[in-house]
Amino acid sequence: MVKKVKLRILFLIALVLSIILSVYLILKSLEKDVVFFLSPTDIKNLEEIDTKKIRVGGMVKNKSIIINSEKINFIVTDFKNEINVSYSGSIPNLFSENKGVVAEGFLQDKNYLRAVKILAKHDENYMPPEVKEALGEK
Amino acid sequence: MFNFFNLGKLFQITSRSTRYVFVLFMIVLAIGLSESLFLSPEDYKQSHSVRIMYVHVPAAWMALGIFSMMTFLSVGTFIFKNKKFYLVSKSLAPSGFIFNIIALITGSIWGKPTWGTWWAWDARITSMLILALFYFMYLLSWKIIENKNTVIKISSLIVIVGAINLPIIKFSVNWWNTLHQGPSLKIIGETTIHSSMLIPLGIMTAAFALFSLLIFLMKFNTEMIKIKNKGLDRL
Repeated sequence: MVKKVKLRILFLIALVLSIILSVYLILKSLEKDVVFFLSPTDIKNLEEIDTKKIRVGGMVKNKSIIINSEKINFIVTDFKNEINVSYSGSIPNLFSENKGVVAEGFLQDKNYLRAVKILAKHDENYMPPEVKEALGEK
Repeated sequence: MFNFFNLGKLFQITSRSTRYVFVLFMIVLAIGLSESLFLSPEDYKQSHSVRIMYVHVPAAWMALGIFSMMTFLSVGTFIFKNKKFYLVSKSLAPSGFIFNIIALITGSIWGKPTWGTWWAWDARITSMLILALFYFMYLLSWKIIENKNTVIKISSLIVIVGAINLPIIKFSVNWWNTLHQGPSLKIIGETTIHSSMLIPLGIMTAAFALFSLLIFLMKFNTEMIKIKNKGLDRL
């Protein structure tokens, strides 16, 4: 009886370890696909420009949004490197300067992305507007 | 050892407590909903859509918490063949699954106005979907496997394998770039939710936990009645 319990414990340890290892290996080898977006620095470090659709994420640079009649241009920054993005279409409500953004589209060169979709990324800070104002005044 | 006398006593307690848990749940839910839907302030950036958080976050927590509990119970079931464990685990699963689905659906509804998309194959969202599939497999295993000893083994193995996903869900937002935001409540470090929003969140979590307890008690009672009626099935 006790021997069987020991065998079951051993079985579980072997099972869990083997699965953890295989999941780790899978995720490690798929790291490029697991990340939802690349930062402008990642783009800069790319060896060659992919013609496939990619996502670039970061902060919208302050005072970089320029809205023309049919196009919107802005700069995505990760505070180390920057990339220009142009886009035409509807933008999410939370899209604004100094806020997170993920732009999906085609890389023209390392400094220019033609976006076909814009997603807003919001941060983990939640507070009422009054508190935000009070913080801003400091 | 778990004998019939014990089981009967347990049944008495669980069947009696159901109504009290129900009353308590209704009270806490009423307070939680009025706090979160009317009294709490709007967010500086998301305005009123932040109110989805009061359902989304507690639901996700419950889904994760219940699966963690099921993991410990399943390890106990598998190693020691303790029958109390698998009955509790089986009774916990439905509310965990429902909360997982609620978290996915409310996340989708929240994602549309804030991110601009209903769904993204982002690490957090995908791993949460995998958790829902494991819940689904667990619940299905009880339906499709007839042999009792087999179903106990297989269902607990499903939970143990699925449990490896739990740390992936938790840390997915830290390990990879995700569309989903990082954690606001951290084990180490400052909480980044203002207290006027944290309190309704806490009350809603309590309400959801009570709901899970209620569903658990009801399921557990049903299992007990089944065992009582089938003399052969006596533990």
